[in-house]
Amino acid sequence: MTTTPAPERAETEAMIAEVLSQYPAKAAKFRAKHIKSNDPEGSKECEVKSNIKSRPGVMTIRGCAYAGSKGVVWGPVKDMVTISHGPVGCGQYSWATRRNYAHGHLGVDNFTAMQITTDFQEKDIVFGGDTKLETVLDEIVGLFPLAKGISIQSECPIGLIGDDIEAVAKKSAKKNDIPIIPVRCEGFRGVSQSLGHHIANDAVRDHVLGTGSGTFEQTDYDVALIGDYNIGGDAWASRRILEEMGLRVIAQWSGDGTINEMKSTHLSKLNLIHCYRSMNYICTTMEERFGTPWTEFNFFGPTKIISSMRKIAEFFDDEIKAKTEAAIARYQVRFDEITKAFRPRLEGKRVMLAVGGLRPRHTIGAYEDLGMEVVGTGYEFAHKDDYTRTYAMLKEGTVLYDDPTAFELEEFAKFLKPDLMGAGVKEKYVFHKMGIPFRQMHSWDYSGPYHGVDGFAVFARDMDIAINSPAWDLLEAPWSKAGEVS
Amino acid sequence: MTTTPENSSEVPLRVLDHNDIFRDEVYQKQFEGKREFEDAAPKEEVQRVLDWTRGWEYREKNFAREGLTVNPAKACQPLGAVLAALGFEGTMPLVHGSQGCVAYFRSHFARHFKEPVPAASTSMTEDAAVFGGINNLVEAMENISALYKPKHIAVSTTCMAEVIGEDLFAYIGAAREQGVIAEDFPVSYAHTPSFVGSHITGYDVMLKGILEMLAKSPDADASKVTKSDRPRLNVIPGFDTYVGNHREYRRILELMGVDPLILGDHSSSLDSPAEGEYFLYPGGTPLADGAQAKFSRASLILQQTSLHRTTEYIQKDWKQETVVLETPLGVKGTDAFLTEVARVAEVSVPTELTVERGRLVDAITDSHAYVHGKRVAIAGDPDLVIALTRFVLELGMIPVHIVSTNADSTFKARMEKVLSASKFGSEATVWPEKDLWHLRSLVFTEPVDLLIGSMQLKYISREAKVPLVRVGFPIFDRHHLHRFPIIGYAGGLHLLTQLVNTILDEMDREAPDHSFDAVR
Ligand code: SF4
Ligand code: SF4
Repeated sequence: MTTTPAPERAETEAMIAEVLSQYPAKAAKFRAKHIKSNDPEGSKECEVKSNIKSRPGVMTIRGCAYAGSKGVVWGPVKDMVTISHGPVGCGQYSWATRRNYAHGHLGVDNFTAMQITTDFQEKDIVFGGDTKLETVLDEIVGLFPLAKGISIQSECPIGLIGDDIEAVAKKSAKKNDIPIIPVRCEGFRGVSQSLGHHIANDAVRDHVLGTGSGTFEQTDYDVALIGDYNIGGDAWASRRILEEMGLRVIAQWSGDGTINEMKSTHLSKLNLIHCYRSMNYICTTMEERFGTPWTEFNFFGPTKIISSMRKIAEFFDDEIKAKTEAAIARYQVRFDEITKAFRPRLEGKRVMLAVGGLRPRHTIGAYEDLGMEVVGTGYEFAHKDDYTRTYAMLKEGTVLYDDPTAFELEEFAKFLKPDLMGAGVKEKYVFHKMGIPFRQMHSWDYSGPYHGVDGFAVFARDMDIAINSPAWDLLEAPWSKAGEVS
Repeated sequence: MTTTPENSSEVPLRVLDHNDIFRDEVYQKQFEGKREFEDAAPKEEVQRVLDWTRGWEYREKNFAREGLTVNPAKACQPLGAVLAALGFEGTMPLVHGSQGCVAYFRSHFARHFKEPVPAASTSMTEDAAVFGGINNLVEAMENISALYKPKHIAVSTTCMAEVIGEDLFAYIGAAREQGVIAEDFPVSYAHTPSFVGSHITGYDVMLKGILEMLAKSPDADASKVTKSDRPRLNVIPGFDTYVGNHREYRRILELMGVDPLILGDHSSSLDSPAEGEYFLYPGGTPLADGAQAKFSRASLILQQTSLHRTTEYIQKDWKQETVVLETPLGVKGTDAFLTEVARVAEVSVPTELTVERGRLVDAITDSHAYVHGKRVAIAGDPDLVIALTRFVLELGMIPVHIVSTNADSTFKARMEKVLSASKFGSEATVWPEKDLWHLRSLVFTEPVDLLIGSMQLKYISREAKVPLVRVGFPIFDRHHLHRFPIIGYAGGLHLLTQLVNTILDEMDREAPDHSFDAVR
């Protein structure tokens, strides 16, 4: 089994210093604030700076506000047409790649895995794109009659050429009698996907929230599932648990979601938020506007699932609490089966993570349930409140990196020699070359779900597949074994 | 032995993932229940609209679109620029503008090639949009040099930088002046506005930018060219995502006694071995070779649309012959290619290649009965679509719908030439600038037996129940196809194998029991 002990604080600091020494002075000084050796107490000197511009040229793993708005928040809403407004590229690259599963027929009553764009040409840049947008909105209404709404996701040029998409949206919405939501998520705004999440939340707030009166009778057990994008069916696996606890999910945001659910979410008695980073804004808004309480939860792995279920049940009556305990008892059998099967194969394995805004902390428990240890983690676009939630979850001396560069991830991996790396597709193949098992932790590497009870089995299986593949034994040719000069 | 695997087995527990688990009754009930909150259209209504979208009336409405693009088969310029850059030794692609685009280019290529894709961004944000991104570019050069130690940086632009009118030439000059890169450090650049052309345009202008820069470098000295008794020919494949093609061009030319110089050779940078260590720059056309390309005897240009500007540049500046050919796919395409190579290099075609030709022809005779008369739709980049059409015509297939979203004005005429050369070409309709939502209408109103194109056609394939042969870019959902060649006789054999076996698979799947033949 494994081997290298988790490095102590000083050792980590030495490693960080070594890596930073490769940077030019200015960038080194900047990066130093973003990479820390963990102090579980969250002391001042170990505080990780975040949500700040990436340095040019360092190969950040970050994306842009458009990715945060179109890719994360709006794109998964299945009965709305999402327009990538501007040139063809952005929408092309984000077409169906996030795996937000949804029911419905593509192009008829489900518009998720499609690339719908205004495909700007030079004349649209020179003379403005508002006329084209107007035409496009009419054409969408004509070709997709079952679409319940349209969102306009601005790409970089929109904000630079002075288009008035708000006016076009308003006019067309009236003419076509359909909600049309302009979103100012141009990629140059902010420093990462994160501002895109915020802008998208604000657009929901301003145009959708509270506009529905519900197509159903209300009950005391109505909750909304917020910040679950149904990657590989995550939201379905989570919903299953909530339903088995006796709760009724009246809205899913936004995986397999609909505009009707979003419009009626204010009728929820409690908002349950999984991805805090991307949707805390709307929860706060609903709390302020409608007095709806909200709570964070974590459906990765047995420990967190069970404690989250109990935490959620606390908001309800004894009946719910009893159902929750009964469900936990049933799940425990399955959890034991899963850990019995996989834990012996994963015990002691060391993991490095670099993901978006939630998973670098939310998956720690699931790894620990399998006997694994997270020895380095960091976020692509987290804020201070995410790190505050992270420190205590990790051992002293674990390296934390914010907005890590390609260079840093490779160097830290060389130092830490993890048994598993979890990051994005841009990082994946680097680690394959190095012979380090890898799982793509944004889209679950085309697997999933990873949420919930059913998801934990898949999670455990996938980590096992990655780590215990015989492929890793093949890297070295027999004639280039130890002793040779490299 | 037990039938239920225990913990000691390598598969300790049977786990259902998204492919199966949601078939469970619990989930089916959940999905039904959720409809109450969705305010979903009744199922009959959905079916009615679905049927309507598959008919002629919808097709006409669909083709009357003036502004809307749905599922286009094209990407944006800087993506192509990044690919061009990765074809050169020690080269870091640097894209000036907002950083999100670069994240997209890297992941897009990574999904296709299953390889690491280095590319950096100047990470311009709102303030740079107002004041210009000169400092971003200078700092990017400084950081790249320190961390990633390239031998050459190839700069292109995102649409943000283009809209605000950034001056790359001046900025690169500033980086030199400020000493973050040496006075003689090779930097090439190209403006790649996304609202003009497509990824193939970006490939073209970046390649031209690199060649222009190299042609002025100190290595561009005739006396430095290694003497060889073999004539040297430049091979320019263009936006060609088949790393196997690059190797095949090399192999063919070497067999012919020619010294091949592939310009933009990403066959190592995008197909490197897994040996326990990661190398950022595992290959590419050596910069010195690129510099000396103008002294080669001729340039073979193998994609006309995608290399339009590069061709113009070479014809104007390099004192050598340019041979512009359709991409050499299939028998006749490869024949034309070898004939031209033999002519300009004054060599003859060796027996080995004649034997390979014979093998491909032999394979075609073996398979012809199954491909003959099969109606096909083809979609993709213009040069590839033209070459593929010529190949399927050789096989006796009938091209019916030909779509190229990023075709230029030469496309129709070139396609007509190919189609009119065969009796099988008369049914084809050619659709430049149309997208895959148009193609969907075409396929539903005038059905075909086979689709040929990128993985983006998989939605039509499933819906219309027409098998798809994946050729082109991007292919995210099948592995390793790009590692094999599709050009040359050997490539023809790969393509033929894919085509005929897809047809046979489908035939087996659909066969009534009595016709489920053991021999095909
Ligand atoms: S913003 Fe422009 S350059 Fe960037 S991906 Fe979109 S279309 Fe391409
Ligand atoms: S889980 Fe992470 S990657 Fe996913 S939407 Fe939330 S912040 Fe983004």
